[in-house]
Amino acid sequence: MGFVKGLRCKECGKDYEKLPIHVCEYCFGPLEVNYDYAGIGKVVSRKSIQDGPPSMWRYKEFMPIDEEPKVGLHTGFTPLVRAKNLGKALGLKNLYLKNDSVNHPTFSFKDRVVAVAVSKALEFGFDTVSCASTGNLANSVAAHAAEAGLKSCIIIPDGLEAGKILGTQIYGAQLIAVHGSYDDVNRLCSEIGANHDWAFVNINIRPYYGDGSKTYGYEIAEQLGWKTPDNVVVPVAGSSLITKIYKAFHEFEMLGLIDKVNTKIFAAQATGCSPVTTAIKNGSDTIKPVKPNTIAKSIAIGNPADGYYGIKTANESGGWGEDIPDEEVVEAMKLLAETEGIFTETAGGVTLGVTQKLIKQGRIKPDETTVICITGNGLKTQEALTGHYTPPAVIQCNIQSFEEEFANNLTV
Amino acid sequence: MPVKVRVPTPLMKLTSNQAEVTAEGGTIADILNNLESQFAGIKERICEENGTPRRFINIYLNEEDIRFLDGENTKIKDGDEISIIPAIAGGAV
Repeated sequence: MGFVKGLRCKECGKDYEKLPIHVCEYCFGPLEVNYDYAGIGKVVSRKSIQDGPPSMWRYKEFMPIDEEPKVGLHTGFTPLVRAKNLGKALGLKNLYLKNDSVNHPTFSFKDRVVAVAVSKALEFGFDTVSCASTGNLANSVAAHAAEAGLKSCIIIPDGLEAGKILGTQIYGAQLIAVHGSYDDVNRLCSEIGANHDWAFVNINIRPYYGDGSKTYGYEIAEQLGWKTPDNVVVPVAGSSLITKIYKAFHEFEMLGLIDKVNTKIFAAQATGCSPVTTAIKNGSDTIKPVKPNTIAKSIAIGNPADGYYGIKTANESGGWGEDIPDEEVVEAMKLLAETEGIFTETAGGVTLGVTQKLIKQGRIKPDETTVICITGNGLKTQEALTGHYTPPAVIQCNIQSFEEEFANNLTV
Repeated sequence: MPVKVRVPTPLMKLTSNQAEVTAEGGTIADILNNLESQFAGIKERICEENGTPRRFINIYLNEEDIRFLDGENTKIKDGDEISIIPAIAGGAV
């Protein structure tokens, strides 16, 4: 297998060989994978995909690896949930949730990108993988490194949620927290990369890694019955996922797997870290970096390098960008749990809360088909709900105590 | 007054393979012009034709992104350190 011709600068078009590099030497634009689409088109059909495994690897011809995938073989193909209850609450007739809070093995969409990145790191012959992370990526890199038999050294900002820290250490990773924000960590990692010959999944492996996100988009199209929705609402941090979903839809369109794509892509951020949605609302194509201050830590990136492309994706698709304050994030997390039985992390609260705002603004309409991207699991960000629930009543083990408590606390 | 400037790997071909060079000037813009006079061709790699830093380049004065300061007009003082770093994305989504 393997339909990768090489890497190409997204800005100036300069071609590069398949190497662990991510920046154009000339203009510093990001490199992306250049595929042989004619070759892919010859071997891929709706049927070939449907006959593939129930994982992201049903789209492996679209993935930037030259050999068979080596880790994360069960990642992806998560549920696309028809959200009737939530739809009713929001006044939407055709609402879906793409639920990566149950992705395998670490419960976030990051397992898709890391399955690709670590497979690629093995192809390149690295013995250590690393990343700068706000938590979900840390979990996933640590888990996949364990599966691959590679060492991992993972760098995070201090102050992350306990679940994300423990959920990295359990896999035997070396975890280092840095005083500062994600953006500070990211910058430090670029300097660490100069001293250590490691596979930094979101730095030197980034062109390959990023394309794992495309499978989230392919799955939405396939699971909707080989068509794309009218609207997709995407949580935005570095702006990678939002651009890759759009790219995925257009690749399927180009190969004739689906009809013309008319999907509007909406960017969702927390107001406390909203450089991308602020630019969209101001009609600017330039990111003004911010210092993040939000409970939605997994998407708290104040200086998103793909931000320019995030803005472009929302604009080109006819979408928009919105942001909501932290109180609304928590309310949306509760609403999703109470209507659909899905406990998402703060980023999912952001996405749902922003969807509510877009509905009020008339940008998302009741009869349209809308997909909300749920990319992470609420059990990892329990701190966000501190103080929102009282401890459960504790009673004596007898029926009178039960009936008394039950009668006093009827919630149904 | 000379200040230290860290340059990214792709530009080291222009700086005789030095990762750290010295330059003089009162502002970031002056520093960039001074670098150009020492290492011909380096400025067009860092800046657009109008002199503003390229979209995918981040310039830090000490630990701070100059976009939080005064951009290319940010003033430089003795002992400052400047880093020129390609923008790299990452993190959650």
